[in-house]
Amino acid sequence: MAISLKVNGEDKRIDADPATPLLYVLRDDLALNGAKYGCGLGQCGSCMVVVNGEAVLSCMTPVMLMEGREITTVEGLGTIEEPGPLQQAFIEMQAAQCGYCIPGMMMSAHALLRRNANPSDEDIRQALGTNLCRCGTHMRIMAAIRRAGELMQAAGLPAAGEGRTG
Amino acid sequence: MDMLETGITRRGLMAGTGALVVSFSMGRALAREAAPQPAAPQPATPEPPALPGSLDDERFLDSWIRIDADNAVTVFTGKAELGQGVRTALLQVAAEELETDPKDIELVTADTGRTPNEGFTAGSQSMQNSGTAIRNAAAQVRAILLAEAGRRFGVPPESLKVENRTITAPDGRSVTYGELVSGQMLHVEAQPQSPLKDPGSFRHMGRPMQRVDIPGKVTGQPAYVHDLRLEGMLHARVVRPPSAAAQLSELDTTSIEAMPGVVSVVLDGNFLAVVAEKEFQAINAMRALSAASRWEEKETLPDQNDLPAALQNLEREVGTVAEAGNMPSFTGRIFAATFSRPYQIHGSIGPSCAVAHMKPDGTLDVWSHTQGVFPDRAAISEMLGMPPEKVRVIHMEGSGCYGHNGADDAAADAALIATKLPGRPVRVQWMREQEHSWEPYGPAMLVKVKASLDETGRIANWGYDLWSNTHSTRPGGAPALRGARHKAPPFPASPAKMQISPSGNGDRNANPLYTIANKRVLWHFLPDMPLRVSALRALGAYANVFAIESTMDELAILADADPVEFRLRHLEDPRARDVVQLAAEQFGWSNMPMPRNRGRGFGFARYKNLAAYMAVAVEAEVEPETGRVRIVRAVSAIDSGEVVNPDGIRNQTEGGILQTISWTLYEAVSFDRTRITSTDWSSYPILRFASIPDKVDVHIVGRPGQPFLGTAEAAQGPTAGAVANAVRNATGKRLYDLPLTRDRVRAAIAT
Ligand code: FES
Ligand code: FES
Repeated sequence: MAISLKVNGEDKRIDADPATPLLYVLRDDLALNGAKYGCGLGQCGSCMVVVNGEAVLSCMTPVMLMEGREITTVEGLGTIEEPGPLQQAFIEMQAAQCGYCIPGMMMSAHALLRRNANPSDEDIRQALGTNLCRCGTHMRIMAAIRRAGELMQAAGLPAAGEGRTG
Repeated sequence: MDMLETGITRRGLMAGTGALVVSFSMGRALAREAAPQPAAPQPATPEPPALPGSLDDERFLDSWIRIDADNAVTVFTGKAELGQGVRTALLQVAAEELETDPKDIELVTADTGRTPNEGFTAGSQSMQNSGTAIRNAAAQVRAILLAEAGRRFGVPPESLKVENRTITAPDGRSVTYGELVSGQMLHVEAQPQSPLKDPGSFRHMGRPMQRVDIPGKVTGQPAYVHDLRLEGMLHARVVRPPSAAAQLSELDTTSIEAMPGVVSVVLDGNFLAVVAEKEFQAINAMRALSAASRWEEKETLPDQNDLPAALQNLEREVGTVAEAGNMPSFTGRIFAATFSRPYQIHGSIGPSCAVAHMKPDGTLDVWSHTQGVFPDRAAISEMLGMPPEKVRVIHMEGSGCYGHNGADDAAADAALIATKLPGRPVRVQWMREQEHSWEPYGPAMLVKVKASLDETGRIANWGYDLWSNTHSTRPGGAPALRGARHKAPPFPASPAKMQISPSGNGDRNANPLYTIANKRVLWHFLPDMPLRVSALRALGAYANVFAIESTMDELAILADADPVEFRLRHLEDPRARDVVQLAAEQFGWSNMPMPRNRGRGFGFARYKNLAAYMAVAVEAEVEPETGRVRIVRAVSAIDSGEVVNPDGIRNQTEGGILQTISWTLYEAVSFDRTRITSTDWSSYPILRFASIPDKVDVHIVGRPGQPFLGTAEAAQGPTAGAVANAVRNATGKRLYDLPLTRDRVRAAIAT
């Protein structure tokens, strides 16, 4: 079945079984690497994307529910040449070991920072409630998200990547 | 050019007996983790001089460093990036000795078609082996180029300046490396001695460098084997049996073959897989196939509720790990206890994945996040009955692995399926439940310690008995691969042998570094593995240091001594003393009473008793009503020898501390007599953000000019000890069995 999606500000048409989890459409049909398969069970957050401003587990979300919604993946936050504030902050704090969990962390953080660019540590921990990291990069992930909030405030951005995509 | 052929010829050249030398070289590379293998056949030529690091196995400079006419520098390592940042550290080392910028070097990592064979990327040895090799090779290449430039300019090489791959004479004439190299100039055997740069003149080593892989990973560049998308690639899923000993009894595949997108159902003995055009189609077909298959299962697992007895029943052999002084005899103040550690998982966040492509020319390419491309190739080619030179294994990153996880098995699955569907690349992605159920686990262990003090408050006698399987069943042979055990005819598991070596295995760090007059350390070896086990970060050091450091605290209490002072009393090595003192000082260690339900705990070890020194102090808070433990802060000190990337050391050490907190507080594989029952993150919980510490500090003791000691596994043992000791300090109760779950803590408090 043909489905229209808006991903990182671009309109996409794909042909997929409507029950296909969004994760596989992003990765396989649209060749986006950001959302990762971690469990397919809603337990780890590595597949996290932002849909209409909310953090959503793409492994649990059938693509048919995504018609007309605005989907953001880590690719929508900036590029390697021009990283967005959240990406800059993760690079600056060297907040990765293997990095596999990191895009999911960043999308949970993106949804949080859109609402609140000055979150408390407790806010951050809550926003990352579903996200698992096995390398033990937690302290740096916290620091990077705090730093992203600072960068965004300094840049006068009301919310992360608002200017780019939803 | 066929790189594979070249690689082998090159090794052949050096001793004139190709095949023999290859096996010699691989035997040594393989031996690094488990140490002593039976001596490999020696070449007939006289033993060549020992060379630094892995240069000893791959002796030609151009196996490591290539310089092209356009001044491009390529460095080759047999080690792989596992998320530990080794790519960045190796670039720093190479750039330093080659006098260039890391960004101007292309680093090629583990690939049987291109790089030296450095066995496994394991045991925190990449810097010792590969870092040392590359550093020495780079320094020797620089010297060759300087000599050549000196000859051309007619000036002594010492008068030349070298910067950014360009050599300049005192009169201003200059020449690039690329202009200097010609023919076989770098195809020479390395020398035992290298003109290494003085640490005082370092520009890259010893300074924090941003990891080269992070920008791509945070912007969605393809970074992992999971992201590999080849033209015409098919998606496969394996259907594993419900339990390890199960035999397929009934299967009707007709309805599955008719499902949308399904290209093939693969059945080979007990090996079952589906291949489809699209990933979700493969998943649907996998579920249907799983439902359509009937298996005969057997009760082969031990009783989880009585694991200590089960482990002791499996004992078949006893080996002496260490002995000193007289046979320990215990009088006076005595502490005796039994400690245990459950089976634990690696638990990579991204389940194992691999891509394989059987090409029309009859060669097979396999992309894998394996830790050892050469051993994996040996195993896969044996499984398939293909000559190894027809199989190429290329490392691509996976999710952090922390040891021997499902990587090699997934590579074997992909290879097996690809040979049945020649022409199209096949991607195999394990499901979460498969990773939890089928990866080789960190072995369960049992430790009995008995120790006594003399009148002066020193440890006089120490008896230590550990029960454990081997901690390494890595590939090299086909039986190490899950798929090979399932296919027909199966490759049965090879019997495990006890091997006692200086770096240790199950007995790693079983011998305390503390000075003790009379001691005896024994390994009660369990050859049978009712649950499949292999290397998990730190191997036996995790449980052994947990037991030793718990015992040290109990002995300190008996001696009425401060735990840190008590450790120092028994430590002679000044580098050991330095990290202990630094961690204590930075933590603000004292004997002041802690607030209610708070405790402090200390842990120390020198990894393998011959690598990095690490000490850590933690503060824990315990909720007596729930038994919940949270580590509030951790302060550590580490000495990994010469520092290449200080931020890399910090990152790895922070990660080691947090992962160990997770192992120690939450983690145990659960099973009934037939099946594994911890099959996802809800049945096998790990550390979550809600329970992380407020602060984790890592202080580095730099040792310029000293050998690299490695970092990645230094924190596991000490952190486990520190956490247990902090819980003891907070509650007054000693916990002996890992993990220190809420239920166990609550129960201990209630007694
Ligand atoms: S992959 Fe979606 S929550 Fe784990
Ligand atoms: S950085 Fe490896 S799982 Fe988080």
